[in-house]
Amino acid sequence: MFQILAEDGRAAPEREPKLAAADLKKVYRLMAMTRAADLKALKLQRQGRMGTFAPSLGHEACQVGSAFALQPQDWVFPYFRDLGTYITLGLPLKNYYLYWMGNEEGMRLPAGLNIFTIAVPVGSQLPHAVGCAMAMKYRKERAATIVYFGDGATSEGDFNEALNFAGVFKTPNVFVCVNNQYAISLPVWKQTAAKTLAEKAAAFGFEGIRADGNDVLAMYVLTQNALEKARSGGGPTLIEAFTYRMGDHTTSDDASRYRQQQEVKEWSKRDPIERFRLYLKGKGLWDDAFEAAIQKEADDLINRAVDEAEKAPPPQPEDVFIYTYKEMTPELNRQLAELKDFLKREPR
Amino acid sequence: MLNMVQALNQAMHLEMERDPRVLILGEDIGVDGGVFRLTEGLLKKFGEERVIDTPLAESAIVGTSIGMAVAGLRPIAEIQFMGFIYVAMNQIISHAARIRNRSRGRFSVPIVIRTPYGAGVKALEHHSESTEALFCQIPGLKVVAPSTPYDAKGLLIAAIRDDDPVIFLEPTRLYRAGRQEVPEGLYEVPLGQAKIVREGEGITVVAWGAMIPVVEKAADAVAKDGLFPEVVDLRTLAPLDRETVLESVRRTGRLLIVHEAPQTCGLGAEVAAFIAARAMFQLAAPIGRVTGQDITIPLAKGEDYYYPSPERVAWGIKKIMES
Repeated sequence: MFQILAEDGRAAPEREPKLAAADLKKVYRLMAMTRAADLKALKLQRQGRMGTFAPSLGHEACQVGSAFALQPQDWVFPYFRDLGTYITLGLPLKNYYLYWMGNEEGMRLPAGLNIFTIAVPVGSQLPHAVGCAMAMKYRKERAATIVYFGDGATSEGDFNEALNFAGVFKTPNVFVCVNNQYAISLPVWKQTAAKTLAEKAAAFGFEGIRADGNDVLAMYVLTQNALEKARSGGGPTLIEAFTYRMGDHTTSDDASRYRQQQEVKEWSKRDPIERFRLYLKGKGLWDDAFEAAIQKEADDLINRAVDEAEKAPPPQPEDVFIYTYKEMTPELNRQLAELKDFLKREPR
Repeated sequence: MLNMVQALNQAMHLEMERDPRVLILGEDIGVDGGVFRLTEGLLKKFGEERVIDTPLAESAIVGTSIGMAVAGLRPIAEIQFMGFIYVAMNQIISHAARIRNRSRGRFSVPIVIRTPYGAGVKALEHHSESTEALFCQIPGLKVVAPSTPYDAKGLLIAAIRDDDPVIFLEPTRLYRAGRQEVPEGLYEVPLGQAKIVREGEGITVVAWGAMIPVVEKAADAVAKDGLFPEVVDLRTLAPLDRETVLESVRRTGRLLIVHEAPQTCGLGAEVAAFIAARAMFQLAAPIGRVTGQDITIPLAKGEDYYYPSPERVAWGIKKIMES
């Protein structure tokens, strides 16, 4: 398993990336922001102000570390548990909250941000990422496509088909498999008889590496290398981010039904943010004032985003019709008119 | 004079020449030119970058096409037979059809999924499917089924240029069934427009794809009984050109729908329902349907029990006229 930071925050010097102090602090800030925004969403959900969503607790290093290696020309295909990826790329938090509150407007992604919409059906976004990479290759762009998915996705046909295409066409893809040990209730050892998920890449003729998914620097370095290899024509890479889902699968799930508290406790000792904090402290880049400033900034940003999301107007009848096709069909126009007519008689 | 295979092949040649964003992927479409030779000559002319022989994986053929489309290309995905499209249904229904809506219009999926469909060719199992209604029920998809070489070329060109995903169903039985004068250059047959292929009176027969020649034979046969049905070829199955059908039925006063797919929940049910809702009192007789049976399509020896014949359609027309 590729690791740079030990659990006590000490780095393997020969593997340490050459990141400027400002960047290291930025990475910490993004991880802290992800944690705070995620916990806020959980609180809102418990208060009935947010719909069902998949918490990212414990995944901050996988998400932020890998996304921090991206360049603006690269494309990102997220899965449904990717808050840190969005935050790192600069998706307004309001969008994230709005989407999980049940408004499609949240997935109106800002133009110029090369991030794709969330795919809920497990693993089904992998072929999209490969197609996108095929398009990059066709246009001879120096760019790569990264796609995120969980351990459960590796059992899906689309995982196997997508990785096979990537191998055959030598596409500029980086596959990040976030192995958080569980697909809802099924532990990874029941998902596959393979010893690691990374080794599955061998069947498709390219490299697979297992990374410590709670080590943000390991995730950054491996993703950086894989992206650069992809951009320069070296083909795809599978990165297995070995981590743990600290929260429930979604807010509708109760993980205590299928896993031991002792296991959760063991993993909580490997908290990715704490590990990176110790590293920064050792370098003299972290102190209480820095932490306080970050928490204050996060609170402000989060509260503003929640406020904006909650104040966003509810969809009008047109809003749920007009994106079905590029242009409204006569029948859609008729149905919309009928609905509006009905709503005039019986307002919501 | 071209047959449908040649007309479709020409459409792809011309569109790929015109627009470098158009490429094609599928199984055996390159060196082999496709199992029905639809893609003959494309590899030689446009190279492996644009004519992509893929591994045998329908979900990935459609899924990677979606990714290419989102990234600005306009892929044509060939599924070798409609009976093998089902493994790609998740990609088609959950993604191709929804990405425009999910992204509030930022992303669209301008792909064409071409596939041979339909029975009447004495094929082996899974090679006679006509499950167009599965796709017609999915918001966001367009579904096209031509019945002539001329329409096939013009509809395919329109489908390639369309900004939404199009399921393009090619009636296997008509691939080489007849030749027709087809202009050499580019032209579009607009999507969403039915065509009255035979003007008539007293009854409208609505059909599409390989059923059109069957219905025309039936119309010829009933002429000796003094019956002159009007024949409407839907051409695009989604979105449906309801106005053309409605206008015709209002004029003729009777309706027969003919499709080779099984009857229950077939597209004929939707045609019957909207006509009943909007023209009930202009109807002189109950609406009729002549369709495939609600059974698994029999193999070659039993196919005729299933497949609507000109005789069965003629019988259906007479039953309505006599009621």
